[in-house]
Amino acid sequence: MTITEKILAAASGKASVEPGDNIWADVNVLLTHDVCGPGAIGVFKREFGEKARVWNPDRIVIIPDHYIFTKDEKARRNIDILRAFAAEQGIKHYYDVGTPSYKGVCHVALPEEGHVRPGEVIVGTDSHTCTRGALGAFATGIGNTDAGFVLGTGKILLRVPATLRFVLNGRLPGYLMAKDIILRIIGDIGVDGASYRAMEFAGEAVAGLNAEERMTICNMAIEAGAKNGIVEPDETTISYLTERGVKELRPVIGDPGAKVERVTEYDVDSFEPCVAEPHLPSNYARARDRNDVKIDRAYLGSCTGGKITDFLAAAGIMNGRKVAVETYIVPATAEVASSLDSEKIGGKSLSAIFREAGCMDIAPPSCAACLGGPADTFGRTHGNEVVISSTNRNFVGRMGSKLAPIYLASPLTVAASAVNGRITDPRELL
Amino acid sequence: MKKDIIKGKVYVLGDNIDTDLIIPACYLNLVPTIPEEYEKLGTYAMAGLPDEYPPFVRPGESKSEYAIVIGGKNFGCGSSREHAPVAMGAAGVRAVVAESYARIFFRNAIATGELYPCESVDRLCDAFRTGEDAELDVAGSSIVQLRTGRRFELRSLGSAAPVIEAGGIFQYARKTGMIG
Ligand code: SF4
Repeated sequence: MTITEKILAAASGKASVEPGDNIWADVNVLLTHDVCGPGAIGVFKREFGEKARVWNPDRIVIIPDHYIFTKDEKARRNIDILRAFAAEQGIKHYYDVGTPSYKGVCHVALPEEGHVRPGEVIVGTDSHTCTRGALGAFATGIGNTDAGFVLGTGKILLRVPATLRFVLNGRLPGYLMAKDIILRIIGDIGVDGASYRAMEFAGEAVAGLNAEERMTICNMAIEAGAKNGIVEPDETTISYLTERGVKELRPVIGDPGAKVERVTEYDVDSFEPCVAEPHLPSNYARARDRNDVKIDRAYLGSCTGGKITDFLAAAGIMNGRKVAVETYIVPATAEVASSLDSEKIGGKSLSAIFREAGCMDIAPPSCAACLGGPADTFGRTHGNEVVISSTNRNFVGRMGSKLAPIYLASPLTVAASAVNGRITDPRELL
Repeated sequence: MKKDIIKGKVYVLGDNIDTDLIIPACYLNLVPTIPEEYEKLGTYAMAGLPDEYPPFVRPGESKSEYAIVIGGKNFGCGSSREHAPVAMGAAGVRAVVAESYARIFFRNAIATGELYPCESVDRLCDAFRTGEDAELDVAGSSIVQLRTGRRFELRSLGSAAPVIEAGGIFQYARKTGMIG
């Protein structure tokens, strides 16, 4: 069995499973946030009763992150719903807004806070829940109704996905990032190229990536339609987790010779810095072939491109330079935000580098403009701004305005483009 | 669902209709399980489509005149927001007929019982025009274009059929004894 099959077999109490099997799996962690949590709670109460208790309050993690710094009344009301539910049910892993425990973007906060373990089944009411696969867990996004069911039972009905394995050979050159890998793969297989499948990432290049870069890759598995993205746990995984105090690790790896649907091999040294052109993540183009595209805005943030590795890369380019367009810096979490002050390049903090480069004031951590949101959302587009962004989706209207085209790119490419005011291959500035 | 025949106007879309088009993120502050907000979500169904598309829900109306949405490949890609099938269902849509679906949208449509996610064999988004009438026979796996009388075959619902037949994930779980 592959790693995905092994995890699902164990979670459903079976000796083995095969792609296509429908199983009831035991859930280890259910994640929800302010956009889908209130609906999931509504389903739970409707179906199990007003007085019902959740299956296990310690396995539910609630991380408000989407609509935090807004005056929108309903958005605030939704956080009140989460707060009341957490109190009523004794859910201690609730990271409340306006308190020191506030985190920011759930997909980055969840591993930071030690809620991810290899070999476990993690479901979340957010499509980018698949990010967790970077640490060797089976993780997938679900809707409110399924989440309401999990709240009551701790179980989820799943169809075992077949695995597509992507073997990335070679070592990633310094001008490339994980984002270039995943945009290239999505460009090749399309936005439905991995529908209903597990995407497994392996090979020397993946082994050489840190945990955050692996998260970038698994985060975007959903952009190819995958059910989950996964990297087998190794030394890097274990040390990331132990540093975060996660104990009793029981990593699962796939059997050698496990059957997969397809293996695709790449040599990453042939890859190039790239962008995904509007309006699909699969619209691959080499950055250097698009350097006539002028941009109005650069955006660094989100669960894909708002981690400390992402800001280190961007700051490396912006250090000692000025940005030519308005540049938004949105750390994914509070931990990332504080690292912007503590991490330094040549003795200078990343925050100082961004400030001196002329970026906008660093925003408080949240999803911010990654998904548009209420009209007063920080960084949201309102007109026909051309945006280059380290986020994960460039659908029509994704960042607010239907008229604002979005180019997705690695933090290096976003930073280089911010400096030049046009799409730029970071090699021009490295 | 056994005898479900859906007769009504179709609204035709193409490939990769994503959840931001179906329900833009600025409306995700609405909670689908709150009845007034459920209705409100319906009024915003398809609000993310570029402005050159005909309105899906006419301004001032609460329901759409379209009972069936026809799509191409990968319908409902993107976010896990259940607001997407819910908004369509709340607008009065009974079924989507697409060549293929994004996994979570398909799942949410079934889990909620909001609409039937039917899969067509042919590329119906090239054969149908927005506003024309069709008759969809869910159990009989076919859709008829009333203008021409052409009948198009739909794929079987496969392993999702029992959940659809039960009317959603909770009903299915009760029926199979998973929950009381
Ligand atoms: S940062 Fe963007 S993609 Fe990530 S969870 Fe928030 S809205 Fe979704």
